[in-house]
Amino acid sequence: MRAQFVLSEIGVGLRRNLTMTIAVVVSVALSLALAGASLLVRDQVNSMKDYWYDKVEVSIYFCAKADHNSPQCAAGAATDDQIKQVKADLDKLTPLVQSSTFESPQEAYQHFKQSNPDNPLLAAVGADALPASWRVKLSDPTKYDVIQSAFAGKPGVKSVEDQRKILENLFGLLRGLQTAAFVIMALMLCVALLLIVNTVRVSAFSRRRETGIMRLVGASNFYVQMPFIAEAAFAALLGAGLASLLLVGGHFFIHGWLAKKVLFINFIGLSSVLAVIPLLVVVGMAMAGIAAFFTLRKYLKV
Amino acid sequence: MIRFDNVSKTYPKQNRPALDNVSLEIEKGEFVFLVGSSGSGKSTFLRLCLREERPSTGAVHVLGKDLGKLSNWKVPHMRRQLGTVFQDFRLLPNKTVGQNVAFALEVIGKPKSAINKVVPEVLDLVGLGGKEERMPGELSGGEQQRVAIARAFVNRPMLLIADEPTGNLDPQNSVGIMKLLDRINRTGTTVLMATHDQAIVDQMRKRVIELDKGLLVRDQARGVYGYQS
Repeated sequence: MRAQFVLSEIGVGLRRNLTMTIAVVVSVALSLALAGASLLVRDQVNSMKDYWYDKVEVSIYFCAKADHNSPQCAAGAATDDQIKQVKADLDKLTPLVQSSTFESPQEAYQHFKQSNPDNPLLAAVGADALPASWRVKLSDPTKYDVIQSAFAGKPGVKSVEDQRKILENLFGLLRGLQTAAFVIMALMLCVALLLIVNTVRVSAFSRRRETGIMRLVGASNFYVQMPFIAEAAFAALLGAGLASLLLVGGHFFIHGWLAKKVLFINFIGLSSVLAVIPLLVVVGMAMAGIAAFFTLRKYLKV
Repeated sequence: MIRFDNVSKTYPKQNRPALDNVSLEIEKGEFVFLVGSSGSGKSTFLRLCLREERPSTGAVHVLGKDLGKLSNWKVPHMRRQLGTVFQDFRLLPNKTVGQNVAFALEVIGKPKSAINKVVPEVLDLVGLGGKEERMPGELSGGEQQRVAIARAFVNRPMLLIADEPTGNLDPQNSVGIMKLLDRINRTGTTVLMATHDQAIVDQMRKRVIELDKGLLVRDQARGVYGYQS
């Protein structure tokens, strides 16, 4: 019966302060949704790293006929001996170098044609214009520097390029988004906290008669403060629920629409989204409860 | 029941103490009037008894406890052992008479069965039997004060503190309230009542404690409101 009494008091309190409650719910929802989104972007980046770093290669490009203007290739196109020498050197680095495949200028041309069928350059560029290369797969993709220092400047080698750099741009963009989400979340969190503090304050003020009588008849501090804390926590729970709906909605939007347009990204699944939700609920309710508790210490002297 | 040992109370930013070196003792079962003009220190005296304030110097003992040394979290428990009645009744306007009295028991966690039993009993005692479902706004001032007294007395406290309980009532209702407080006093409950009501004090002929500018100027058994020849 005590629980029933307390619950009815919470209901009365929330309804009396309906506009403030809605403000709290919405701001908590937005800040938690942003927090969840930024956590999920981090997961996404990690899963993409795992996926792509397996596939990226370091390319060692050789001088082609057309490259005689660049200083490394002053000697003209790379000879077969130079290409074989590089292969031999690569094989010496075996634990790091998992495998290496040769791409001839003709193969490079075919690849380029496949991936850019409408490119107007295609007509102008002959097979000779594209360089031959060794595609090197590393056991540890972060150790690109070893290959770079070993082969850059070798005779016939035009350049050493790490495909990871292309990905880094994408990851950088995602990390930027994550940071932006984090900053907005921090601001929204401030708004949410201030709203909670204010709501609790108004609530405590509008019920000072009840709380005064409670103190008079010897209700414990906990009993006087609990309805306010429970109210704030309940509003935060609603906010967390709304935030979860937003995240799940976002998930279905991405999988139903964006995933069809952006094929090269392997989007994280619903399980990751669901894993974030309990965290949001706990963080939201704890945050609101603690904010309410400290507000009450100031405004509800016992 | 209540003992003041050289109690002074000075509020912050005030030069003159609200209560100045007051020592007195109130025994179990007494009925005591606390009189004095506005600003004489009556309210401070009562607030010290309720531990809403702590004394600046000296010690206040209520129900055998030194309130100056009582830690904050024990205060609610101490307040459960005394009843309080105020001039402005302090009822919850959106709860019925019965709910108002029950509220005092609910917030200290009494079981529903006990509440259902004891609330009608105490309402009968204060003469409001059968008015449980009425709202406070529908009652006269005298009846509202009876509800407040019922709420204060429902825990059968050892001490009842009343701050001008008849201040808002007409003489006829005041007499009714005084009869009720007298009856409560006869059950063994100590009653401490601050008042301005000369007629009542003169009529009851109980112990009178008079404060003036924070000083205890009179403590008289079977006294009257003011000195008379």
